[in-house]
Amino acid sequence: MIDKISPSLEAAVADIHDGATVLIGGFGSAGMPSSLIDALIAHGARDLTIVNNNAGNGDTGLAALLKARRVRKIICSFPRQADSHVFDALYRAGELELELVPQGNLAERIRAAGAGIGGFFTPTGHGTLLAEGKETRLIDGRQHVLEYPIHADFALIKAFRGDRWGNLVYRKTARNFGPIMAMAARCTIAQVSEVVDLGVLDPEAIVTPGIFVQRVVLQGAHP
Amino acid sequence: MKRLTRDAIAARVARDIPEGAYVNLGIGLPTLVGSQLPPGREIFLHSENGLLGMGPPPAAGEEDEDLINAGKQPVTLLAGGSYFHHADSFAMMRGGHLDICVLGAFQVSRQGDLANWHTGAPDAIPAVGGAMDLALGAKRVFVMMEHQSRDGASKIVEQCSYPLTGVACVSRIYTDLAVIDVTAHGLVVREMVDGLAFDELQRITGVPLIYQPPQA
Repeated sequence: MIDKISPSLEAAVADIHDGATVLIGGFGSAGMPSSLIDALIAHGARDLTIVNNNAGNGDTGLAALLKARRVRKIICSFPRQADSHVFDALYRAGELELELVPQGNLAERIRAAGAGIGGFFTPTGHGTLLAEGKETRLIDGRQHVLEYPIHADFALIKAFRGDRWGNLVYRKTARNFGPIMAMAARCTIAQVSEVVDLGVLDPEAIVTPGIFVQRVVLQGAHP
Repeated sequence: MKRLTRDAIAARVARDIPEGAYVNLGIGLPTLVGSQLPPGREIFLHSENGLLGMGPPPAAGEEDEDLINAGKQPVTLLAGGSYFHHADSFAMMRGGHLDICVLGAFQVSRQGDLANWHTGAPDAIPAVGGAMDLALGAKRVFVMMEHQSRDGASKIVEQCSYPLTGVACVSRIYTDLAVIDVTAHGLVVREMVDGLAFDELQRITGVPLIYQPPQA
């Protein structure tokens, strides 16, 4: 019997190795897999490359992972926020490498990795600092920039309900990067609010089919 | 002359958004446009974090942390609204499906170059978000900003001195002094606030303007 349900948060993240590239879902705190991040902090893997839209809020979740000094590099679109003080201090001290990516390029590079695309040309960013040094091409009279996929070892995402085959549905705008990150990682781990029996999720409404998910784990005390 | 308040600029932008338009309001000043849309006109508001058919802010106590806008503020979903993942959300911009986006700006150049993401200051932490996708993806890009910076310098410039967000992407500029179209022939002034003469607007703005009010 196939059972992708992990017995614990600890077990779910146990093989995340030092130096891993980890996609972490969420837009601000909506969709951030806080239980898995706490488990990753306890697990102790370091020298990580993290991909997220932001760079942590307040002192919990991704900010706590940064504060624990487990992250070497962050790839994101919008690190600076009113409550991004953990990132701000590490970045200013030169202790965290930043790759800043326009949000649509971030999403499409993740999607491309999941879809087996070797690269793509996009007008976004052309003529700006964020496209400096990149290959360009004139297509249909418009300048485009070559962008490459973002592959990852692991994805940590938050979903609403999941079953033992790894099928997932999300809740409202907490969906954000979850479905595309699930496709782009070698191993996707989803924390869910509820584990349901096979057949409970409407097949017409499953957002992430189980082929993209390796582990499902019930979230902890976090909301 | 009487400068427009921020809400009045937002109301002026709202007048140009027709029924049925798919619209993204950028974070900051443009979010004011949402509350100026006339009731009864059906407009589809898109939010980059995966939301179409965005409604007004919820009543106190009704907030849902899983239902937020691009500025990470709590919002609601209208009946008929939908949720989708980030690649689909940005495909709505990047694929040219949005009719209008409204963005704030530090500067707009005579050619319609936009600078709105980074001051370029050496100690500034850069953050771009969806600005570069929005600047290029919508059919029409409206900029909403104060005409002059705090030190009185025109924010409409020959060449942007701040780092660019997009090249030749702005369609129309709404300020506290005027409504200006970016055209192949140059910057065309369509409206000015009461009591402002074109010569005075030209003096404040610096870069060459063409005065061509719409025919009544």
